[in-house]
Amino acid sequence: MDIELLEIREQLARFAPFDSLSDEHLDSVAGRIEVAYFKAGSDILRLDDPVEDLYYIRSGAVEIYWRNGELFNRLSEGDIFGHFSLLRNRKVRFPAKALEDTLIYFIPGDVFHELCEHDEHFADFVEFGRPRLKAAVEEQHKSNDMMMTRVRKLVSRCPLMVEESASVQQVARQMNEENVSSALVLSTDEGDPRYQFSDPNGQSWTLQGIVTDQDLRNRVLAEGRSVSTPVGEIVSSKLISVQSDKSVHEAMLAMLRNNVHHLPVLYRRRPMGVLHLSDIIRYETHSSLYLVSNIFHQPDAMGLARLKPDVREAFVRMVEEGANSHMVGSALSTIGRSFTRRLLELAEEELGPPPVPYCFMALGSMARNEQSIVTDQDNALILDDSFDPARHDDYFATLAKRVSDGLDACGYPYCKGDVMATNRQWRQPLSVWKGYFSDWIDQPRPEHLLHSSIFFDLDSVHGEEAFVEQLQDLVASKASQSPLFLAAMARNALGRTPPLGFFRTFVMEKDGKQNNTINIKRRGTAPMVDLIRAHALACGSRAQNSFERLDDIANTQLLPAGTGDKIRYAFEFMSMVRIRHQAIDLQEDQEPDNNIAPSNVSDSERHHLKDAFQLLSNAQKFLKFRYPMPSRR
Amino acid sequence: MLSLPMFKRPAPVWPDYLARRAGEARDPRLAELFAATSQLTPEMPIGEAPMVAMDMETTGLDERRHAIVSIGLVPFSLGRIRLAERRYWVVRPPRPLVRQSVAFHRITDSEIEHAPDLDEILDALLAALAGRLVVVHYRHIERPFLDAAVQARRGESLRFPMIDTMSLEARIHRQSLWARFRRWIGRPPVSIRLHNSRERYGLPPYQSHHALIDALATAELLQAQIAARHQPDTPISQLWS
Repeated sequence: MDIELLEIREQLARFAPFDSLSDEHLDSVAGRIEVAYFKAGSDILRLDDPVEDLYYIRSGAVEIYWRNGELFNRLSEGDIFGHFSLLRNRKVRFPAKALEDTLIYFIPGDVFHELCEHDEHFADFVEFGRPRLKAAVEEQHKSNDMMMTRVRKLVSRCPLMVEESASVQQVARQMNEENVSSALVLSTDEGDPRYQFSDPNGQSWTLQGIVTDQDLRNRVLAEGRSVSTPVGEIVSSKLISVQSDKSVHEAMLAMLRNNVHHLPVLYRRRPMGVLHLSDIIRYETHSSLYLVSNIFHQPDAMGLARLKPDVREAFVRMVEEGANSHMVGSALSTIGRSFTRRLLELAEEELGPPPVPYCFMALGSMARNEQSIVTDQDNALILDDSFDPARHDDYFATLAKRVSDGLDACGYPYCKGDVMATNRQWRQPLSVWKGYFSDWIDQPRPEHLLHSSIFFDLDSVHGEEAFVEQLQDLVASKASQSPLFLAAMARNALGRTPPLGFFRTFVMEKDGKQNNTINIKRRGTAPMVDLIRAHALACGSRAQNSFERLDDIANTQLLPAGTGDKIRYAFEFMSMVRIRHQAIDLQEDQEPDNNIAPSNVSDSERHHLKDAFQLLSNAQKFLKFRYPMPSRR
Repeated sequence: MLSLPMFKRPAPVWPDYLARRAGEARDPRLAELFAATSQLTPEMPIGEAPMVAMDMETTGLDERRHAIVSIGLVPFSLGRIRLAERRYWVVRPPRPLVRQSVAFHRITDSEIEHAPDLDEILDALLAALAGRLVVVHYRHIERPFLDAAVQARRGESLRFPMIDTMSLEARIHRQSLWARFRRWIGRPPVSIRLHNSRERYGLPPYQSHHALIDALATAELLQAQIAARHQPDTPISQLWS
């Protein structure tokens, strides 16, 4: 590959789907591109023009239209278009116009088809038939897979490079300043041709070797060498390195075989980073349930509250280790339930045994096992029917308050809608609860149900599980028989809609308006949960978790074939974006929330989110059609 | 922006010159180049002209004392820049390099040591230029250096029409009424260097200064200039010099 095209190659490699191409494929693309400039307002693709290339936006902005002239999409740097037509050997179906002065890279059709053939990931990305969202979700889960991940993905910074003539003290100082544990040693002499390269200034170098913390200790301090020893003298003669497009697995083998902890990573002959053993270990998942056992060992509510940072730490670690949303959601729900149970145990120790049997019930995300790190508490008490308010309610009111205050201190703030056991309305005997649910289902009024949908995700946390099970049975048997109730739930599920996608640092709304941030829960995951719940109620499912509900739905004919899987992938993707952004907030010492600034959304995330939003939007349309409001009762 | 040309530039009589040289040239490659390039008639619309962007790195600014060290070519038309057909040569100047210019051009001693003399690649260079309208940014480097290098090696001069994207910028930003007004009120002149010119058309920056990348950058700039200030049917004689 010609060094002069490095810049074009690096530009391409910044964005999906090119970011995951092998070095060899990237080079062949960079060498074959064609370029053209389009002034703002000029046509790039006209309807029914033949399409012979893939269009890549190098700079500027492009609008894509439907055949009828309506705006379909707005694209910017790094986006591609023309691939739908190219794949099907068709003429332009979505005309494109330059919104700003735009520079286009054309990737010739034969190069494009070759990439589709040889790179599955690329093909998944560009092919409409195979949903790329599915590929993305699978990719997320595969991200642990050492056989698949390329070494360059693990390299986070440029290597520290020093000349062989530098003294070991200078090198040690630089390593200290840059906070690295190794430095690459370069020589201007011509050495092994496999390690010769030119830097951006055209200077040619030979990579001589690597010097590590350990070398400074063993070969300088232990041997009593002077601090002015040239670093070239302590570099070992044998250099072990790895190419940037090799798998993590291969890098690991190289370390094992040669007993080294640092591995210089080369792109061709140019060093691009150093892989350390710890980078690889970080890739291994090892879940720790120490937190849960720690919760049950706390002697008081204060002790529990002190575990709040541990919860956050466990969350970040899980995300870093590549857990999927189901794993994160159920782990956090387990932690939340453990706090609740421990608080109940502590309260019972103090207040004495309950006067009548009870069940402490979780509602909403905890009941669905989908809790995130940003969550408030939603709970209720189901009491035995022998409950006598005059004699027993003081006990349960105090119990509820202990739990509620305790949860608040542990990082689960009070419910703004007052759906908590401290509210007398939600601290009632089983028969009253049955009445509530029968009312909601038999006489549904959308506005009435708007605040009650949370009760249709319910699970027991502590006490008489049978109480909650009876309510779950009641819902499962009655809901599917009431078209009016289903229509009302469906209508409520349409209240929150997704945006069109992203454009640069804005959220694009369907009417073309642009916003600065998006609440991914309100505009993505929550409407999806509502939608899945509506279908689940229609098919009489007793499941609470959204993925389990989708499994139940899949056994019926409620959804067209394949739609359930698409919803699953879209939901998983949106959930993971939410989770990852919360993890990033925590890592940056910011209070996590559900808001995402588009500028923090990676390019591949942006593409997949757009797909997910589109899917949600279509699924909402179908929901409305599937559960119409009956015209007559 | 106001843009009034101050004077009409006399159109160089390129077709006559090229036809004459095609007959006279002793070197067959030069004769071929002149013959092919004389087919570029003054009326030819820019949208139909085959072009090639050229950039050179030299050891200095004076063709009598300094030499060419690298040449980059990128063939293109108004519609497409064809990077796949790019050519790039590093050549060894007859005089040893001064260290300073090495740092500037990012080409190293050892690279140049192993490079051929320009004479060895000249035929390939001439063939790549033949029949194409050459586009450069600041012709007062490329034209005299190429001429001097060919004179020294083949004993004949080499001149041909060029579109100079810098003088197209200068027409707007240096010679217009607006430019004179700006100068009059004491504002600094607008930069017409390659990078700054590109910026005005929303073209992205390139980090490297490399003959091939600069040739690509020049081709993109011309496409942008034509899109902004001219038409595809503008005759090439209004643009070349």
